[in-house]
Amino acid sequence: MAKTLAEKVWDRHVVRRGSGAEPDLLYIDLHLVHEVTSPQAFDGLRLAGRPVRRPDLTIATEDHNVPTVGIDLPIADPVSRTQVETLRRNCAEFGVRLHPMGDAEQGIVHVVGPQLGLTQPGMTVVCGDSHTSTHGAFGALAFGIGTSEVEHVMATQTLPLRPFKTMAVTITGELRPGVTAKDVILAVIARIGTGGGQGYVLEYRGPAIEKLSMEARMTVCNMSIEAGARAGMIAPDETTFAYLKGRPHAPAGELWDNAVADWRGLRTDDGAVFDAEVVLDADELTPFVTWGTNPGQGLPLSATVPDPERIADENERVAAEKALSYMDLVPGTPLREISVDTVFLGSCTNGRIEDLRAAAAVIAGRQVADGVRMLVVPGSMRVKAQAEAEGLHEVFLAAGAEWRQAGCSMCLGMNPDQLAPGERSASTSNRNFEGRQGKGGRTHLVSPLVAAATAVRGTLSSPEDLVTASAGGTNTAASAQN
Amino acid sequence: MEPFTTHTGVGVPLRRSNVDTDQIIPAVYLKRVTRTGFEDGLFAAWRSDEHFVLNQEPYRAGSVLVAGPDFGTGSSREHAVWALSDYGFRTVLSARFADIFRGNAGKAGLLAAQLEQSDIELLWKLLETEPGTEVTVDLREKTVRAKEFTAPFAVDDYTRWRLLEGLDDIGLTLRHAAVIDEFEQARADYLPVTTPIAGA
Ligand code: SF4
Repeated sequence: MAKTLAEKVWDRHVVRRGSGAEPDLLYIDLHLVHEVTSPQAFDGLRLAGRPVRRPDLTIATEDHNVPTVGIDLPIADPVSRTQVETLRRNCAEFGVRLHPMGDAEQGIVHVVGPQLGLTQPGMTVVCGDSHTSTHGAFGALAFGIGTSEVEHVMATQTLPLRPFKTMAVTITGELRPGVTAKDVILAVIARIGTGGGQGYVLEYRGPAIEKLSMEARMTVCNMSIEAGARAGMIAPDETTFAYLKGRPHAPAGELWDNAVADWRGLRTDDGAVFDAEVVLDADELTPFVTWGTNPGQGLPLSATVPDPERIADENERVAAEKALSYMDLVPGTPLREISVDTVFLGSCTNGRIEDLRAAAAVIAGRQVADGVRMLVVPGSMRVKAQAEAEGLHEVFLAAGAEWRQAGCSMCLGMNPDQLAPGERSASTSNRNFEGRQGKGGRTHLVSPLVAAATAVRGTLSSPEDLVTASAGGTNTAASAQN
Repeated sequence: MEPFTTHTGVGVPLRRSNVDTDQIIPAVYLKRVTRTGFEDGLFAAWRSDEHFVLNQEPYRAGSVLVAGPDFGTGSSREHAVWALSDYGFRTVLSARFADIFRGNAGKAGLLAAQLEQSDIELLWKLLETEPGTEVTVDLREKTVRAKEFTAPFAVDDYTRWRLLEGLDDIGLTLRHAAVIDEFEQARADYLPVTTPIAGA
């Protein structure tokens, strides 16, 4: 029978088929751990006298709480400090590999796995974190789990689960210059809604997806959860193999050849049936930004703040009214005229080297606008080192931006990197919920290109706006369009 | 997980409906890094009121909570069940439970037993007129008894079996340890391991 990619990966991991109401028992190839959702899972093991079954399929990093300045000092916040110290104790006790603050491999859990080559096609990957969907970019089935499931995986390396439904998200055509993976996924979420993916694995496919780099694919899959989906996936191809080859934990020699031969079979069969399908045309996409308080409330940058009166659906209208009041926005205002206090470049969505390169190309030779602060937070220490080797940090520093250590940072403001009440940000992260970046803070989700251009102009902008503004000038805006 | 066959303990009448998980344990108590010790957060807001039922003898030492309908609604936090268990409750009786709460309870060894609201009312009266009355909850017979009072309760068969056997989710899975072993033997040899650290 013809199968989808998700079904193939699922079937490879069924340890035991459930009968009737009983779920399947699924084997987990890689378990990623961080300090926030793991302490009670470890404690549960301790209470029951159980070991971590496969420490060699488990890896931990410190990311959510870590400060991005002064990382050689003790963490000031007592709750954060306790969580980090607890993780260190637990990893030592249970024999789990940990990359602590300051370590060369430390970083956001979803940046670390792929860059080490631990995330590979056809694997099952879980983490007590909803953005685990990121790893689906490699053709892995990757999804977030709760704390008691974390304990379950630690104890058994399996999870009892019922199969997910499948949805094909096909992106036809070709992305125009300046339009990025972030714009694609924001447009997808705006189309299907924040609940539209509920219960589904989304498989992104079509020519526009096939052309994306691995890092861009990770950006797309990362935000699947914001459409309510359990996971997002993209079939592995030459781009995937080229990215993996030579990474520390990628197979080598003969094993590499076997692996690639196997991975080539990981694509949805012709004639396989999805439970749902959505099609978007890449040619029609432009830079996309959010105006509201959920990731589905987004529009092209050229649009104006929507008028709730014109929204037919009652629930959506009420949601829009609430969002606009929280965001302090007036219907009809051009999005380009919204000014921001802060620009945040980072997170597991857009904190990788390509994201930093793209933003640096826009900002090179320019200045962050007066009254705007720009935080650049690499997704991992390795990304940071790479960026510094390429001199990107100097570009950001010269423009007046702050260059920080790796971590989740202002994506969720569990560390001191927060918006003050009433402050507004353009952020390359993935959630614009009320208070997400700090109590009373207002978030506009954007791509790295839009983030950089916004930092320069002080209002939501795309790199094109910089070119127009300085037409006839001598700067290097043309290079911003890659 | 300790098997649950029959339990006898002091009944606590909680005359409230729609007790949501925020009332059972407020968010500020969720920062703890252990799996135990959540009893101090149980009904935290209400316990600051000296008239609250758990602040009175002999209810203080209760282990059978008799609550109004729609118990455990709201956020899916597992801590709500942990807080009740850590305090010493072995079972909650109510005419209706939120689905997620009921699921979480079964997983953590707390019996969520569903009674008719009319029976709940009778129990409330009994427990209030004779404080300290012990209630027996018999999972094998699916009945609740206290003095002359007897009533049946409902619980789904799967949860009942698990509680009787004392099996948590992990315990259940580990019954299939041999199948997991076998599966592991057959995994592809190119799949990565995290240790030893490659390239270190
Ligand atoms: S960067 Fe943000 S979304 Fe990603 S793991 Fe950290 S907190 Fe979660």
